[in-house]
Amino acid sequence: MSECVIPTLTSNEVVASKSVLPAGWKADLKDLKALDLTLPTLELLRRSTSRLPQDVIDALVKGRDAEEEGSRAFNTLNDMVRNIILADGHVTPLCQDTGTIIVWVRHPYGLSQRAAKQQIRAAVAEATKRSWLRPNCVEALSGKNTGTNMDPFHEGHPAVHFEEWDKPEVEIAVMQKGGGCENVGAQYRLPDAALGAGRDIKGVRKCIIDAVVKAQGQGCSPGILGVAIGGDRVSSYEKSKELILRKLGTQNPDPKMDAFEKEITNDLNTLGIGPMGYGGNTTVLGVMAEEMYRHPASFYVSISYMCWSSRRGSITLKTNGEVSFD
Amino acid sequence: MIRLTTPITEDQIRQLKVGDEVLLNGRVVLSRDMGHKYMKEQKPEWLKPILENMVIYHCGPVVKKHEDGHYSFVAAGPTTSIREEPYQADVIETYKVRGVIGKGGMGKKTSEGLQKTGAVYLHATGGAGSLLAERCKRVVDVKMLEEFGSPEAFWIIEVEDFPLVVTMDSHGGSLHEIVAQQSQERAKALMA
Repeated sequence: MSECVIPTLTSNEVVASKSVLPAGWKADLKDLKALDLTLPTLELLRRSTSRLPQDVIDALVKGRDAEEEGSRAFNTLNDMVRNIILADGHVTPLCQDTGTIIVWVRHPYGLSQRAAKQQIRAAVAEATKRSWLRPNCVEALSGKNTGTNMDPFHEGHPAVHFEEWDKPEVEIAVMQKGGGCENVGAQYRLPDAALGAGRDIKGVRKCIIDAVVKAQGQGCSPGILGVAIGGDRVSSYEKSKELILRKLGTQNPDPKMDAFEKEITNDLNTLGIGPMGYGGNTTVLGVMAEEMYRHPASFYVSISYMCWSSRRGSITLKTNGEVSFD
Repeated sequence: MIRLTTPITEDQIRQLKVGDEVLLNGRVVLSRDMGHKYMKEQKPEWLKPILENMVIYHCGPVVKKHEDGHYSFVAAGPTTSIREEPYQADVIETYKVRGVIGKGGMGKKTSEGLQKTGAVYLHATGGAGSLLAERCKRVVDVKMLEEFGSPEAFWIIEVEDFPLVVTMDSHGGSLHEIVAQQSQERAKALMA
């Protein structure tokens, strides 16, 4: 069980051959009113549920190789790599908890957000029907499952965020946020007397350490943290989640935050929690932090914890009709 | 590596220690949040013969229904177990359950229940939905599917060489408690 599994995924050609987009499918951005996002979104979900981003795979492999060969931490990370290969090959969900579906659409002037939302909802319902997504949307009190991933009361799930931008392209990004890791997210209000955390970067650091220790293996470590410093309760949490869309190993544009991220990542990996909380050197794969505005009276630190199976991806529809995935 | 096949005797369970690696075979019953609340509050009799000397798996699978009506698991890794902490010890005792599969470990009350009844907590790799679904060989039956919905239903399945680690045994041992304590000490040093 202890040999190093090499994470070889299916080639881009094979992935393209399984696409739900018909061969030669082109997006017509000249007529935004007629643009239908259903199929591109469905294809994005097919990929995000079954193929882990390369930067996440690389980080898991790096973590495994830093563990003692044959240790439980090493074997667990190896099993994670095995799972990545299987899900990709079978085009089946990496994890049975296919999460809350969060979508961000960035588009030029002229796209109907109401129409786009209905198309995205149709794609999520279809992905559920195809067993790419588990029906994860239930009535809060009764627990009754709609079976379709559609919000039983309003149109809150799938959660769709829109932003109009200056570019001519349309970009759809998706995150599948599992419930186990969502449950170990945390929001702190500084100063925090119990932690001895003040209103400064040292205080922020204490909050992060505390959240990771409280999470143990329950958020499926090694985790990826989004940390928003400031904001109000809502904007802070929202930002912390968005930050998880950033690729591991990329630089934070704020040099102070970049240095902080690297330092806190190293510190967290000395906690000894390890993969799944079994003990080991790989407790987190990365931390993404961002400083926000705040009200003078409030100082929030919001931490979103993403499991090791960080399912995210984006599709860009270009003016020449081409589509690209990232 | 220890091979175990359900039903399991109390004797077999008492021999297991924290850190033992187990390959589980035979019948397993899936149950999570709604099932545990239901078992503790209503103690349904009909589950007794299904659960006695058996193993409960905290899992809400992705299930595929085939054209001929039979089901198979597409992804089936463990869900976080600690949510069942208020119910687990009672469920183990009422139904004489010998093992609980999940992830993340459980608390003191469950540990006491494991010791009293003679049961273990078996840890599966979280997020390994594809890998573990391959070891779920057959869906034998499903109960409360209409009432609870697919992720919460009592799926009765057969597993083959399902890979697990004993992280809480029937003698009070818990790997989770050890890791938690050590990491809390390290955190204190980091925050000093």
